[in-house]
Amino acid sequence: MINVLVIGNGMVGYKFCEKLVNKAPKAFKITVFGEEPSPAYDRVHLSEYFAHKSVEPLLMAPRQWYEENSIDLVTSEMVVSINREAKSITTHKGRTFSYDKLVLATGSTPFVPPIEGSNKSGVFVYRTVEDLDAMETYSKNAKTSAVLGGGLLGLEAAKAAMDMGLEAHVIEFAPRLMPRQLDEAGSNMLQATLESMGLHIHLSKSTASIDGDEAMTSMTFTDGATLEAEMLIISCGIRPRDELANESGLEKGERGGIKINESALTNDSDIYAVGEVASYKGMTYGLVAPGYDMATVVVEHLTGADTKGFTGADMSTKLKLIGVDVASFGDALDEGKQYKSIVFEDKNAGIYKRVNISKDGKKLMGGILVGDASNYNMLFQMMLNGMALPPHPEDLVMDTSRQGTPAGNTVDMLPDSAQICSCENVTKGALVQAIEGDGIEQFAALKTCTKAGTGCSACSPMVNDILTATLKNMGKKVRKVLCEHFDYTRQELFDLVKINNIHSFNELISDYGKGYGCETCKPAVASILASAWNGLILKQDTIQDTNDRFLANIQKGGTYSVIPRIAGGEITPEKLIVIGEVAKKYDLYAKITGGQRIDLLGARIDQLPDIWEELINAGFESGHAYGKALRTVKSCVGSAWCRYGLHDSVSFAIRVEERYKGLRAPHKIKSAVSGCRRECAEALSKDFGIIATEKGWNLYVGGNGGANPQHAVLLAGDIDEETCIAYIDRFLMFYIKTAEPLNRTATWMNKLEGGLDYLKQVVVEDSLGMGKQLEAEMQLLVEAYACEWKEVVNNPALRARFKHFVNSPETDPSLKFDKQRTQKVPAGW
Amino acid sequence: MTPNEQTSETLTDAINWHLAARVEDFPENGGACVYVEGKQIAVFNFSARNEWYACQNMCPHKQQMILSRGMIGSQAEEPKVACPFHKKTFSLSTGKSLNGDTCDIDTYPIRVDEGVVYIGLS
Repeated sequence: MINVLVIGNGMVGYKFCEKLVNKAPKAFKITVFGEEPSPAYDRVHLSEYFAHKSVEPLLMAPRQWYEENSIDLVTSEMVVSINREAKSITTHKGRTFSYDKLVLATGSTPFVPPIEGSNKSGVFVYRTVEDLDAMETYSKNAKTSAVLGGGLLGLEAAKAAMDMGLEAHVIEFAPRLMPRQLDEAGSNMLQATLESMGLHIHLSKSTASIDGDEAMTSMTFTDGATLEAEMLIISCGIRPRDELANESGLEKGERGGIKINESALTNDSDIYAVGEVASYKGMTYGLVAPGYDMATVVVEHLTGADTKGFTGADMSTKLKLIGVDVASFGDALDEGKQYKSIVFEDKNAGIYKRVNISKDGKKLMGGILVGDASNYNMLFQMMLNGMALPPHPEDLVMDTSRQGTPAGNTVDMLPDSAQICSCENVTKGALVQAIEGDGIEQFAALKTCTKAGTGCSACSPMVNDILTATLKNMGKKVRKVLCEHFDYTRQELFDLVKINNIHSFNELISDYGKGYGCETCKPAVASILASAWNGLILKQDTIQDTNDRFLANIQKGGTYSVIPRIAGGEITPEKLIVIGEVAKKYDLYAKITGGQRIDLLGARIDQLPDIWEELINAGFESGHAYGKALRTVKSCVGSAWCRYGLHDSVSFAIRVEERYKGLRAPHKIKSAVSGCRRECAEALSKDFGIIATEKGWNLYVGGNGGANPQHAVLLAGDIDEETCIAYIDRFLMFYIKTAEPLNRTATWMNKLEGGLDYLKQVVVEDSLGMGKQLEAEMQLLVEAYACEWKEVVNNPALRARFKHFVNSPETDPSLKFDKQRTQKVPAGW
Repeated sequence: MTPNEQTSETLTDAINWHLAARVEDFPENGGACVYVEGKQIAVFNFSARNEWYACQNMCPHKQQMILSRGMIGSQAEEPKVACPFHKKTFSLSTGKSLNGDTCDIDTYPIRVDEGVVYIGLS
C-alpha cells in the first residue's frame, strides 16, 4: 500500500481524501494532520456557526467517516518540518511519520496589515471556529464592531457581527465593496441594500491606528476621521501557509504559495500542493472550487487515471451575502475596456445587472449580478460555451416579463412545445392546431376536442387565453364573453350589477342573459354579486360552486375540510387545544396548511355545522379557505420577537387579514407581511405582499405560487400603514372590477394593457381619479362582513341543508377510509 | 306531471313509484339526494323551467356519490348537471355524457303530486 500523508484538514484536504477513497478504496494508506481540534468543516458557511452554536452541522464529515474509510485523522497537531531526503515529516509534538507521497493542503492564514495597535484585545481575525468562539465571548461586553475589509469574507464577517447583536461597520480601503468582483454601480447597489439592513459601510478609508488602552475602543483613519468600535474583525485577504516550503527547499511562487505544475506537483515529484497554499503560474486561489479541482487532479495523478490537469480556474462566483444575491463571472470588470456593456438597474428593487459583450456583439464575456442572480447559470453557460447571443442582447439583463406587455402577449411568447395542460399532456401547439385546423372557436368545444383543462382544470384560464390569442392572430374579433348564457364580459356584468342594483342571478339572467345558466356563469355571477354587495352567499346556494355552497372544501370521497381563520398565523394555546379537541371528537385528519393555518379533513357534510358550532363558540370564524376570496395573510414573527425585525409584521398582518376577510374576488387572494428584507413570510409570492423597510413598508403586487410562479413587483415603497391600506383597497377593487373569471392577480396584471406602469398610475398616482371611489367601495364591503358559518350555525333552516339524504338521517354508506400514519385518509379513487 | 315523466311512461310499462321527499326538501334550481330502495338518487328541482329530474347520484368519472350536489343549467335547450369534482356534465333528460369522455348515467322518471315527490323504479 502506498503511504499518503496529507498536511491540512481543511475543506480541500478533506475533499482530497474523499476523492481518493472513492476512486481507489484500500489502495492507499492515508494519514491526515489537522492543527485545529475539529475535523474539516465548511469554512464558506462559517457565519452559520452562530445559528447552530455547534460545529457539527458544518462538518464536511464526522470523525466516524475517517474511521470507516481507514483514514488516520490526527487533529490538534501541527506539522513543523519536512525531511525530503528521509521522506518524513515531524510534528510540533516531535513525532515523525514517513511517507511515500505527501500532499500539502495547509491553506492560508488571514493577512493582518501592519497597523499600529493591532495587538490590542478586541482585534480578531475571521477564519476558524475558535476565532468565532473568541469573538462571541468578547462580544458579550461590546455593542459596536468594525470589520476591516469589504470583500467577500469581510461581508460574511460583518454578518457574523450582526448575528452577535453588534452594530457593525465595514471599512474598505478601495472605493467600492468586493472590489475584485463588482464595479462601482454594482457596489453602490449592494451597499444600498446592505445599509437598508442596518449595516454601516465606509469606503475609501485607510486605517491609521487602532486606539485604546489595553482593549481597543476606537479607530483612527488617515483622513483624520475616527470611529468608535469595541471590536475589530480583520478580513484583509489571505496569505498562503507556505512556511513548510522554506526550509525544505520547495519552490515558491512569485507572490507566495508553493509552486505547482499542471499535475499539482511541486518541484519534488513525491510532494503535491493543493488549495489556497498552491501557486499555479504565479496565482493563488482563495476560492474552494479551484482547490477541489486540484484535489481531483492529484487523485487522478496518484491513481494513474486520465487527467485534464489543472490549468487555472475561472473565478466566477455566485453567492448570497447577508441574503443578497451577488454573482460575478468571466471578465466582470472589463478593466481593459475591450467590451461593450449593457446595464440594467432597478434601485427600488435593489437590482443591478451588467453583461459585457464582445465588440462584434456576438459573445458574452462576463458580467455582474446584484440583487437578482436567478439567471446566473444561464449566463454563465452562455459565456462558457460561447453561445450566440439573442437578437436583443439587452434581454439578458432586462426583466421583460411584466412591463408594458400588451394583452395576450404572454401566451403568444410560449413556444408550441410548451405543455399547457399537464393532466392530459396537451401542448400549446395542439391547442393552436385545434383552433386553426379544426376551426374551433368555443372554449367548451376546445376542451372537449383536446381534453385540455378536463383534469384538474387549473390550466383553463390559460387555455382560454390561447384560444383568444389564436383567434385574434387569425384576424377574428374576440370578446371574452362569459358563456352561451351571457353575451357580456365579466367586467361589463360587474358594471351592470352595480348600476342596476341587481342582487340575484335570476334577475341578471332574465334581464341580460338567455337560457338557464351553467356551471361557468353561475359561480362567476355569484362571485360578482358577492364582490359587489358582500351579502350572505347562501341566500343563493345553488349558483355557488360546491365549496361555497357547503362552506367547506370538498375532498376525495365527498367529505369536506374545515379551516378556521387564524389571522396572521397567530393563535393562543387555548385555541390550539380547541382545534385539537374538535379534531379528536370528529376523527378528523389534521394538517398544517401553507398559509399558517390548520386544516381538519374528512368531515361528513352533516358534521360540518356541529364542528363549526364548537369552533365558533371558542371564538373562531370561517377561514374562507373554500372561497374565491381572501385566504390568509401570512406573517413572520416581526419586531416583537425577531432580532432583525424592523416593524411588527404580525400586528400588521392581522390588521390586513381582519380588514379583507370574507372579500370575494375573481379568484383566491393570498397575502403576507414580512418584518424585514429577509422575507421569511414569502410576501413576494403573494397577490399582495408587504415587507418592512427602515422607513415604512414596501407594497408588492401580482405575485403567485402554484403552477405559474411569479414574483410580486413593487407598487409603492417606504409607505406608512394607512397609505399601504389605501393602496391595497384600490388595487384589490380595481382587480375585482376588471379581471376575467378565475384569473389570479398575476394573470390579470400580465394581461393588463400598460402593465405595471399603468397600474401604478391608477393606484398610486390616481390618474383615473377613482382612488377615493375604490376605497369607498372597499369600505362598504368591509362593513358588510359577517361570518358565514356563524349565520349557518344560528339558522336552523340553513343548517338543515347540511345532510347527505333529504329523506333519511343516514350518512353516505359509500364513504370509506384508510389509515395512514395513524390518521384517517379517504380510500383511493 | 312533467314532460319527461310522460316520456318515461311511454317507454316502460311496469313502473313502481316510490315516495322520495317533499317539494320543500329540495332547493330551487338545485338538487338533493334521496335514499330509495337502497339506491342513492339525485333529484333536481329545475324551477326556472318548472321541471323535475332524477338520476343516479354516482358520477361515473371517479365513482363518487356526488351528483346531487352538482350545479344544474342548460346547454342550448338541453338541461344538464355538472359534477362538483371535475365539472363533468350530463344531460338530465337523457343521462348522456355531454363532455363525451365518461360513461352516461341512469335517469329515472319523476313526478310531483300535492307537494310530494315520487321516483319511478322499474
